Amino acid sequence: MSGPAILTLAAIAKAFAGIHAVRDVSLAVGRGRILGLVGENGAGKSTLMNIIGGVVRPDGGTMLLDGAPYAPASPGEASRAGIAFIHQELNLFSNLTIAENIFLNDFPQRRFGPFSLIDRAAVARQARALLSEVSLDLPPETPLDRLSPGERQLVEVARALRLDARIIIFDEPTTSLTARETERLFALVARLREAGKSVIYISHILTDVAALADDIAVLRDGALIEAGAKAQFPIARMITLMVGRPIDQLYPPRKSAPQAAVLLEAISLGATGIIRDVSFALHRGEVLGIFGLMGAGRTELARILFGLDSHETGEIRVEGRRLPARSARASIRSGIAFITENRREEGLLMNGTVAENIALAALPRLAITPAELIEQGRIRSAAGALAEALNIKTASLDAPAKSLSGGNQQKVVLAKWLLCRPSVFIMDEPTRGIDVGAKYEIYSIIDRLAGAGGGVLFISSELEELLAVCDRILVMSRGEIVGEFARAGFDRGRVLAAAFREAAA
Amino acid sequence: MNRALYDRVSGYLLRHAAAIIFIVVFVYFGLAADNFLSAENSLNIIKQASFTGVIAVGMTFVLLTAGIDLSVGSNMYVSAMTVGYLLQIPGLQGGFGVLAGIVAGLATGALFGAINAACIVYLRITPFLVTLATMVAGHGLVTAITQSFGLDYPAAFTSFGAASILGIPIPVAIFAAVVAAAHIVLTRTPFGRQLYAVGNDAEAARKAGIATDRIIFSVYVISGLCAALGGVTLIALVGRLNQTFGVGKEFDVITAAVLGGTSLFGGVGTAFGAVIGSVLVQMVQAGMVFVKVNLYLQPMVLAAVIFIAVFFDSLRGARLEKLKRRFIRMDAPNEPGASAGKEIANPP
Repeated sequence: MSGPAILTLAAIAKAFAGIHAVRDVSLAVGRGRILGLVGENGAGKSTLMNIIGGVVRPDGGTMLLDGAPYAPASPGEASRAGIAFIHQELNLFSNLTIAENIFLNDFPQRRFGPFSLIDRAAVARQARALLSEVSLDLPPETPLDRLSPGERQLVEVARALRLDARIIIFDEPTTSLTARETERLFALVARLREAGKSVIYISHILTDVAALADDIAVLRDGALIEAGAKAQFPIARMITLMVGRPIDQLYPPRKSAPQAAVLLEAISLGATGIIRDVSFALHRGEVLGIFGLMGAGRTELARILFGLDSHETGEIRVEGRRLPARSARASIRSGIAFITENRREEGLLMNGTVAENIALAALPRLAITPAELIEQGRIRSAAGALAEALNIKTASLDAPAKSLSGGNQQKVVLAKWLLCRPSVFIMDEPTRGIDVGAKYEIYSIIDRLAGAGGGVLFISSELEELLAVCDRILVMSRGEIVGEFARAGFDRGRVLAAAFREAAA
Repeated sequence: MNRALYDRVSGYLLRHAAAIIFIVVFVYFGLAADNFLSAENSLNIIKQASFTGVIAVGMTFVLLTAGIDLSVGSNMYVSAMTVGYLLQIPGLQGGFGVLAGIVAGLATGALFGAINAACIVYLRITPFLVTLATMVAGHGLVTAITQSFGLDYPAAFTSFGAASILGIPIPVAIFAAVVAAAHIVLTRTPFGRQLYAVGNDAEAARKAGIATDRIIFSVYVISGLCAALGGVTLIALVGRLNQTFGVGKEFDVITAAVLGGTSLFGGVGTAFGAVIGSVLVQMVQAGMVFVKVNLYLQPMVLAAVIFIAVFFDSLRGARLEKLKRRFIRMDAPNEPGASAGKEIANPP
């Protein structure tokens, strides 16, 4: 790092219940520089950022902000000191306007006799200025619920600028953004740097970190492994440092090949405004990828296939038998499993134990007829076997699901479905937000499922993983299938072109 | 094309469901009963609605935070009793004495609300259970103190209840003032806007540095104050406190707030909604008398109106969900090949 530091951490340490989350981390953030912070889940990135952001207090060590001692006791104190933390789940209110979200904590006010009311003219004027700084070309009175995820993120940045933040922390900012929105965010981050702000950028997408950061810091097991200028950290080296051992491959080899039998078939599926004329067949032993940009209708298609949403035309067949419309129960009975992109909200009971979560979907099967009582012993043995087979890292089967890392939570979701012995797996962004090592394991599981005669519908916006793992890729754009590529014809550029409809008329 | 028009019209209808039902009911009774639209009857409906309406404004504050206050009817009773006992004192039966009695009644209501608030904010008990308990406790307290004897109010006080300012009855004037003040607080003060944020997502509001506890505390005090105001003005009109005073009022009040478009799940609602809701309920009740609906069937008719309004509200919720889903694709103009998005929304 060159130039003076704005924030210096010295020997910061934090333990939760005796387990070191952060140990002896010393790190400097340069003025007007972008620090890329990388590490696997559980490496201590969040804890470290929470210490800087005033959410938790360190057990040891000191911080200097602009040369002065800095020890925030609350998020409010940190933000007054000029540190803005943009969380992965945005802190915005959908029932308020853009301007109200920006000024929520300190509205410009005007006195009317004994009362002081919000000065709407000043709010609008100042909001417009802030929105133009983040190049969001919308009236400040626009209700927030009309904004896309990317636009909301810009509002959050505008709020940070309003607080005159000197250091802005981004935690996985691009997970729900379109390619275009990501580009816009990167341009904005670069402009923030030009304006002398410092940025700490946390992401699992290492290509983004490599493109954006001036400096890189790698954390592993709570300790700082190495930090320095970006030039010293090619992506392969970042991965080696993060994982602690060289990984020759990011993806396991595909071991089995698809068979001729059709498992799941969609015939001219259509739903007004959602998808149109979608037809494809998923074969036994096949990993079929679905690629598309944000809003292409991939998740919507998955929900229709699984029977969560209705379709107006066409039909869905499983092993030749037609599925009744909009019945998730019928889908589960005919052997479809749905692993959603939103495991926190839809896939898991976060306060339930690992064993309870695994047993959830198969409870009727585990119950002792005829009274349908649940026998704890059978649940535990079934859950234990799967936890071992999938290599779920947990303190015990009785640990709450929320105590697990993202990758292990995803394995719990998989285990839950495996207990129902499905043949068709619909996976919607199964590797989103999980680290390199856990991704590798998920890919291996997918390969094994296909090898055992299952069919996997693998929906992802990370083209690299689809190219590596799938036998065939379908490309969706605006609700339609606009391209199909067999493994022999995989080509990054052509798949992307199809997704952007550059090739299509 | 037709579909777009249909979407716009139905969207408009759903957004303004409360106002439209209001107009339909108004026009129907106006045509069906000769004297329904007379100035006298209209004023009477508004006057009758103002007692419920004032309390519904306070309830709107509570509902906006996704809370609920079941104790408003009981609070009316306690506050009215406080006024009644003070005004039994011979020295307080003049003008200033009445004023002092009213202030004491309102203070009692605010204190009642503060007890609710303290249990909810500091003891972290669910608002539903806290206010259910204080509803029973409040009624029990008055029964214990009055030994279930009725209480009469001096003439100086009841004449205040029947008085008018510039031809507008006092209860209506108070209602108007409360609505105006609530509207300004909700739309033009940081407190009001933060209230909506808390109702939308309390956890996010806390993370954003909003003093959520202070806000939640305040809304129950406001609701208590409004309940007392409704109770004091109503008892001034009635003139005699008996055991049924305020019983079941919480349901009228919540009904009025919800009919006016306030969501039970927080974050959605306005002060004017309380006006529309309370007047609508009163209008239906008065109208049924005019068109001579069987007395025993009247509750069923009122139930039907409530059902229709709530049903529209739930349709609106489902539709907004759908619109949001479609909006994902309306983001398209920034992306290449933008025109395709519209094509799908309106298939040729």
